[in-house]
Amino acid sequence: MSENYGTKRIVTGASYGLRDWLAQRVTAVLMALFTLVLLVQVIVGEPVSYYKWAGIFSPQWMKFLTFTVIVAMLYHVWVGMRDLFMDYIKPVGIRLALHVFAIVWLVGCAGWAIQVLWRL
Amino acid sequence: MADNAKTSRPVYRNIHVTDIVTYRLPAAGIVSILHRISGVVMFLLMPFIIWMFDTSVTSEITYDQFTSVFTAGCADGAIPGWFFKLIALGLIWAYLHHFCAGIRHLLMEATHTYTKQAGKTTAVATLAVSIALTVVLGAKLFGLF
Repeated sequence: MSENYGTKRIVTGASYGLRDWLAQRVTAVLMALFTLVLLVQVIVGEPVSYYKWAGIFSPQWMKFLTFTVIVAMLYHVWVGMRDLFMDYIKPVGIRLALHVFAIVWLVGCAGWAIQVLWRL
Repeated sequence: MADNAKTSRPVYRNIHVTDIVTYRLPAAGIVSILHRISGVVMFLLMPFIIWMFDTSVTSEITYDQFTSVFTAGCADGAIPGWFFKLIALGLIWAYLHHFCAGIRHLLMEATHTYTKQAGKTTAVATLAVSIALTVVLGAKLFGLF
């Protein structure tokens, strides 16, 4: 028990949260970069109109990037909401119900956003 | 497998929900709880965010529907336009705060900056930047300039 880390760590499960911790950071960086890319396109050039705004999302590389960011957001928000449920919701039944709700909510929203992107 | 899986760990719940109003937080604590609150706000308003994305890019007609919600409101003005602007302002603040607080986390982790003073300075900077930008964008949203 004195050295419960590194190679001496006592294994009690399959996951220690490193993957989610890292994924939360990587997806955050992706979304931050996307924000800058979008912001530059909105600011540069003529004032925002429908054609300018829709035109930003029409090139294939922007669709590629936006799609990736939607998926990144799905995962990022899932990790965040799960953290909150683990911290604040102790009864297992309610926590499970909230986990299911969060997944349904996020997958539904991501599907809707991708559908919007796809038909442009 | 070991003792730490068997020993029941003590759970301390000496802070009651009603204590929240009198509980004094340092700047870093305020940034932290607002990071969580802003995340929940965006999570709950996600359908509205995607509705904005949907109507604003789909066609010229839906683009007009999108803009009219913020000027004329919806349901014949039963829900006024300023109400939607207020929600949009809430989302702007939530995004800016979450963004700045996230950058703060990434910088602290990348540079191993965990001193008490740095925590306070960066927390105050996070609040200052996100609130200042919210005020500027809010003024723009409500047509003050």
